[in-house]
Amino acid sequence: MPTPKKGARLGGSPAHQRLILANLATDLFRYGRITTTESKARTLRPHAEKLITKAKKAHLGENPLAQRREVLKTIRDKGVVHVLFTEIAPTFAERPGGYTRITKLGPRKGDNAPMAVIEIVTEEYVAKAVTTPAATKADEKPAAAEETPAEESTEETTDEAAAEETPAEESTEAAADESTDEKTEGDKA
Amino acid sequence: MAVPKRKMSRSNTRHRRSAWKAIAPSLVTCVNPACGAQHLPHRACGNCGQYGAKSSRRQVL
Ligand SMILES: [Zn+2]
Repeated sequence: MPTPKKGARLGGSPAHQRLILANLATDLFRYGRITTTESKARTLRPHAEKLITKAKKAHLGENPLAQRREVLKTIRDKGVVHVLFTEIAPTFAERPGGYTRITKLGPRKGDNAPMAVIEIVTEEYVAKAVTTPAATKADEKPAAAEETPAEESTEETTDEAAAEETPAEESTEAAADESTDEKTEGDKA
Repeated sequence: MAVPKRKMSRSNTRHRRSAWKAIAPSLVTCVNPACGAQHLPHRACGNCGQYGAKSSRRQVL
C-alpha cells in the first residue's frame, strides 16, 4: 500500500478515498481508459499499477490464487478481475512497469477542475537501446568530464551512508543526519 | 455578531474590483495538420483530441 498522503483525502475520509480509488480502478480495467480529474488520476496510477503487477505475477505462475484474492480485496467485480488476469496482464509480460498513461486535458466546465485521461498502455513494448554510461560519457565533450568526479564522490557518500545505516540499528534519524552531513561535505570537497 | 461599521464607498469597491484581472493563457498551435487549432500547452487539443509531438501523436479523446 502507498503511504497515505498528507492533507485532504479524495472524498474527505480514508474509507471514501479507498472506495473512490477502488471504483476508479475497476472502471479503468473495465473500459481501458477513463476521464477524471487530474488529482484523482495521479492518485489512482500507483494503485492501479500495483494491481496489474499482482495480475502479472499470477500470470507468471507466482501463487496465482493468492494474487487473485488480494486483487479481489480492491476490485469487487469478479468479471473485471478475470479480464485483468486473463487479458490485461499477459499484454504486459515484457513491460517493466509504466502500465498506465495520464494525458492532461483542459479544465472542466462547471468547476474549472483540471481533467486528465488515464488509460492502460496498449502499445507493444519496445525496449530502449541500452547505452552504457561509459560510452555516453566518452561521447560527451570535456565540459561533461568535469562533472564525472563530482558524481563519483556523491555515489561514494551514498554508499558510505548505506553501509553506516545497516549496522547502526539505533535511531534512524541520527543515521540520516550523519548521512546528510556527509553528503554536504562530499559536495564541498 | 460582527457587522460592518461603515458603508463601503463606491470608490473603495471599484478600487478593489479593479484588481481582478484575467490573464490570457499562452496557447500553442495544434500539430495536427488537419486541425491547427489553438490549445493549452502540454494538454490534449480540445478540437481534435490529439496529443503529442509530431512523431508520436495519438488520439486521446
Ligand atoms: Zn487539434
